[in-house]
Amino acid sequence: MLGENFRKDFQKIMASSADAQSAVLALLHEIQKENGYVSEEDACELSELTKIPYSRIKAVMTFYTMYNLKKTGKYHIQLCRNLSCHMAGAPALKQAIEKNLGIKEGEITKDGLFSFCEVECLGSCGTAPVIMVNETYHENMDEAGLEKLIENLRGNFKK
Amino acid sequence: MKILLEKSAFDIETYLKNGGYEALKKALSMKREDIIEEVKKSNLRGRGGAGFPCGLKWSFIPKTEGPKYLVCNSDESEPGTFKDREIIHKNPHSLIEGMAIAAYAIGAQTGYIYIRGEFARETRIIEKSLAEARSKNFLGSGILGRNFSFDIKVVRGAGAYICGEETALLESIEGKKGQPRLKPPFPAVKGLYQCPTVINNVETLASVPYIVLHGGSAYASIGVGKSAGTKLFSVSGPVKKPGVYEIELGMPFKKFFEEELGGMREGEKLKAVIVGGSSVPVLTAQEAMAANLDYESLQQAGTMLGSGGMIIIPERQCMVEALFILARFYHHESCGQCTPCREGTGWIEKLMKKILEGKGASEDVDNILSISENMMGRTICPLADALAMPAISFIKKFEHEFNAHIKGNCNLCRK
Ligand SMILES: Cc1cc2nc3c(=O)[nH]c(=O)nc-3n(C[C@H](O)[C@H](O)[C@H](O)COP(=O)(O)O)c2cc1C
Ligand code: SF4
Ligand code: FES
Repeated sequence: MLGENFRKDFQKIMASSADAQSAVLALLHEIQKENGYVSEEDACELSELTKIPYSRIKAVMTFYTMYNLKKTGKYHIQLCRNLSCHMAGAPALKQAIEKNLGIKEGEITKDGLFSFCEVECLGSCGTAPVIMVNETYHENMDEAGLEKLIENLRGNFKK
Repeated sequence: MKILLEKSAFDIETYLKNGGYEALKKALSMKREDIIEEVKKSNLRGRGGAGFPCGLKWSFIPKTEGPKYLVCNSDESEPGTFKDREIIHKNPHSLIEGMAIAAYAIGAQTGYIYIRGEFARETRIIEKSLAEARSKNFLGSGILGRNFSFDIKVVRGAGAYICGEETALLESIEGKKGQPRLKPPFPAVKGLYQCPTVINNVETLASVPYIVLHGGSAYASIGVGKSAGTKLFSVSGPVKKPGVYEIELGMPFKKFFEEELGGMREGEKLKAVIVGGSSVPVLTAQEAMAANLDYESLQQAGTMLGSGGMIIIPERQCMVEALFILARFYHHESCGQCTPCREGTGWIEKLMKKILEGKGASEDVDNILSISENMMGRTICPLADALAMPAISFIKKFEHEFNAHIKGNCNLCRK
């Protein structure tokens, strides 16, 4: 179900768009911001709200990789796997993340706190390796920094 | 000589103190054709990768009535490229001022900044800067008391490298899948919402205020020959000082590498250089050391200036593995419309994986070469070439590393 917050933003986004179709990317971003991912039901509801056929919304949400099609953790960790990050130690970071969280790439922890996936170049190669947690970049990452970051996120959540 | 990153100005007050928006004032008192003429004279070429002459592109916009659009390409997703982000961080108003001037010159009423979805922080910076510019009437209606109205909308992408290609980008603004359009018609005739549209990179647009203020010939005199002006290079890899550098075009790579980048980090040795983003052919260390950083010299060296996304590859990095990483990327990012691209990138990735894992044969390498040859120039957009060209260069220049993998004795891979 799309929440109250979304409905408020919905009007704003539609009003500032050239037409309904042009609003789709921003609307999907908004849904994801609220729920962490875009479910089939939410996409259906969006189709009803915008009067855009479901198939066209589906085409967009499956084309763009930023839209998560399954549930993600409260903290969604993305690690860049492209060349500059690779040379700067991304493979070791991948192992460290998987070990620390006890999940494999593409999975979510049982408590729903973390999910992890690899992505392509994040446009920040000079400060490689780079990971993103939700919308925030963490650059020049090393294993020690990673441990600390994950501990902090765990701590935040307990508070 | 620096233009784009000479003085940083995070807010509009600082930008104004640095002489900001003077170029816009001057532009609004000029004839539109004269601005385009100055930009032509400046020899400014597109900084997004293709290097198309900027003034010429603007002159293609028909002088008819009706809506026209100016679109700023801030997708910045070519691996190795992180220069536009630096402009947004350090000098966001130079982009907005450049866009206002460009819009006036081509007669556009609406502008778009299409920014990659991951750049949330940069999106906030742009939104804040736009609000500042509106509050001073550098954007909005009747700009600076003139009969010229223009405003800019921000559209966030959602993770698709192909949306950096200009017509895919237009599709994406229209809320569709980012699949490149067949050209012609070119965007200057039928672009966004079927209207005449100019698409320029962030760095290209941010260079415009200088040209208007100082004149086209002043800009043309910077750099070397037809490679005019300054260019940002975003440098990654194990050099002492990675980061974003603004240099005059024509600087020898050797000088740039030694004096600006400080050479390699302790214990690292230079093996190869990708000069202009992951889509351009790789240079060996020796080739790079003999080249100058400008369009013509790099073309002579068999590569391209591209986006200026420079990736420095050290001796320890296996080139088979490096090409595999690039092949995986291009296959992942192919939009799937054209068979040679969709299938070709997939095959190359698969064959590269096989070779990387020590299960390859020399036919596999030959196959990659012939697949690459057959991908080039046969597709709607150049993404297919963007893998084919590097693939051929990696194999031709580092054949011994491919052979080592086939024989199972690559001493750079622990696999
Ligand atoms: C696959 C592909 C990806 C591209 N990515 C970008 C990009 O991220 N940023 C950019 O400015 N240009 C990119 N381009 C180039 C654009 O198509 C276009 O040439 C450019 O935005 C024009 O602006 P300019 O003339 O100012 O360089 C890409 C091209 C291709 C084929
Ligand atoms: S070359 Fe590749 S990315 Fe470009 S349009 Fe064709 S399939 Fe899409
Ligand atoms: S390669 Fe990782 S941010 Fe570019």
